[in-house]
Amino acid sequence: MSKTDTRFAGFKIGRRTFFNRLWAVLGLAALAEFGWLGISFLASRRDRNRPEREVGVVDAGEISMFLPGTVTAVPQGQFYLARLPDGGFLALSRTCTHLGCSVPWDEEKGAFVCPCHGSTFSLTGEVLTGPAPRPLDTYPVRIENGMVKVDCAKARRRDRFLAEQATRI
Amino acid sequence: MKASRQSITDFILHLHPRTVPYPTIRFRLSWGLGGMAVVLTGLLFLTGALLLLAYRPTLEEAYGSVRALGRDIPLGYWVRNIHHASANLLAVVVVLHLLRTALTGAFGPGRRLNWTIGLGLLVLVLAANFTGYLLPWDQLAYWAVTVSMAALGYIPLCGDWLRGVIQGGPEIGQATLSNFYVLHVAVIPGSLLVLLLWHFWLVRRAGGLISASEGGEPIRRIPVVPNLIAREAAVGLSLVAFVLFLAMFWNAPLLEQANPGMSPNPTKAPWYFQGLQELLLHLHPVFAAFVWPFLGGAALLLLPLIPGSALPGGVWFGSERGRGLAAWAAGGGALLAVAAVLADNALRQPGVGMAAGALIARGIVPTSAVILLAAGGYWLLVKAANRTRAEAVMAGLVAGFAILTVLTVVGVFFRGAEMHLVWPWHGTGGSL
Ligand code: FES
Repeated sequence: MSKTDTRFAGFKIGRRTFFNRLWAVLGLAALAEFGWLGISFLASRRDRNRPEREVGVVDAGEISMFLPGTVTAVPQGQFYLARLPDGGFLALSRTCTHLGCSVPWDEEKGAFVCPCHGSTFSLTGEVLTGPAPRPLDTYPVRIENGMVKVDCAKARRRDRFLAEQATRI
Repeated sequence: MKASRQSITDFILHLHPRTVPYPTIRFRLSWGLGGMAVVLTGLLFLTGALLLLAYRPTLEEAYGSVRALGRDIPLGYWVRNIHHASANLLAVVVVLHLLRTALTGAFGPGRRLNWTIGLGLLVLVLAANFTGYLLPWDQLAYWAVTVSMAALGYIPLCGDWLRGVIQGGPEIGQATLSNFYVLHVAVIPGSLLVLLLWHFWLVRRAGGLISASEGGEPIRRIPVVPNLIAREAAVGLSLVAFVLFLAMFWNAPLLEQANPGMSPNPTKAPWYFQGLQELLLHLHPVFAAFVWPFLGGAALLLLPLIPGSALPGGVWFGSERGRGLAAWAAGGGALLAVAAVLADNALRQPGVGMAAGALIARGIVPTSAVILLAAGGYWLLVKAANRTRAEAVMAGLVAGFAILTVLTVVGVFFRGAEMHLVWPWHGTGGSL
């Protein structure tokens, strides 16, 4: 015992301590390797849940179907088409910007009301009451031959409502 | 025969010390909470194994296979109810067990590591509950994943990456369900088992439960077999009987199949996260979903490292005086929480969103206020009222727990449609 100990005397650590530290280092290395393995395995699956169908441009309908000051749900694009009182069109995402619940339009209150934490949004998608941190996202709207078309590929984030976000005839 | 009986005794003694201090077998020291947690975990493993036989983790079949439990499999729903009841009771029991440990001074030197492992177990139990919540793929499940995944996204720097990894893509779908399934039936139970054995072994190494010294006399010790074992069996078996009975009437919920287009109103988190959901109503999401839980977790983790933070062992609240202080702290914390909820409710008028300035108004200001309040309370107790540091820490813990309880109760019973405050007897029911 004491013989072997003297070999490590220069390091000022005993044989037992030396091995204990060695095991600890090896153990941690193994743990790190497993962690890395797990994460890279998971990360490789990152784009498994692609949207079922490629949503591109959705035909919402003819202009005349939408009266100023109304909101129409367009299920095939998962958005709301809002027609502002001045006749402009705004396509609003139905996903709450707080934690992702889907917000229904409440006709009586004239507002979108989120069932999860009670955020409310105006016709233009602006936050009326929190906790939502920013207005509802929008999709680009085009008007072609009297038809309203919405490009659902990518939602646009915004900090506030600006008049130029709406598409006018 | 003798040999085999001896081997059973020896096995028990691997988990328990041979003798324990006499005062620790008093029921009112521990309330048997640790033992109850073990029994519930056992029930969960057993019923979980049965449920695995019936459940199919695919988007198409998950919902149907859970519903079929009630129709096609004899007593299938009872098994699911036992699993559900045990899981919910376990969440209550482990939190009470944590409080018991802290309030009888059992996180001091010699038990520090075990406190940390206990916190790890608490996280695992909550994670097990939550991942299980999602498996039936009904409306409750779907919206709970949606909200929790969005909350992950608020973690600074790595939030979006983490969300993508756990969700398995930009949308919630099959990969999400698979991830949660594997977590629920393999990763979490496996880790739980390892930590659990370590937890028991450390209790054993510390010489059993914490106990008060009996004046100057040496503590009397009594043999574990049969004294402790008999008591454990009594608590365990009564609990099993109670849960089985409860599961006959308390049905595990199953709403309609998941519908990504429509959130139920109100959409509520499972009750053990209602406190958190209540915070989400009042604070900026970065603070409610990340900063506050992080600070709370860090405080619990660091507690035993503060010198002199543990009460004298084995006596509830440290002393008679400590009990009075705890009562004041609990009352104060509860009042504070009620006042804060009502005040914020009154202030939240139309036009007050959570836009740019909200990070300060609904994040930094309330957080600083809470930290100042805690520091001020500590200073008053230790410097002005001459209490020990351990007593001040205990008061803080009790107050924090009272606040969390009030928030949970408000969330579960007093929030109705669109999360407005309602009286429970007028409300539209919650989620449990
Ligand atoms: S998800 Fe809409 S308010 Fe929280």
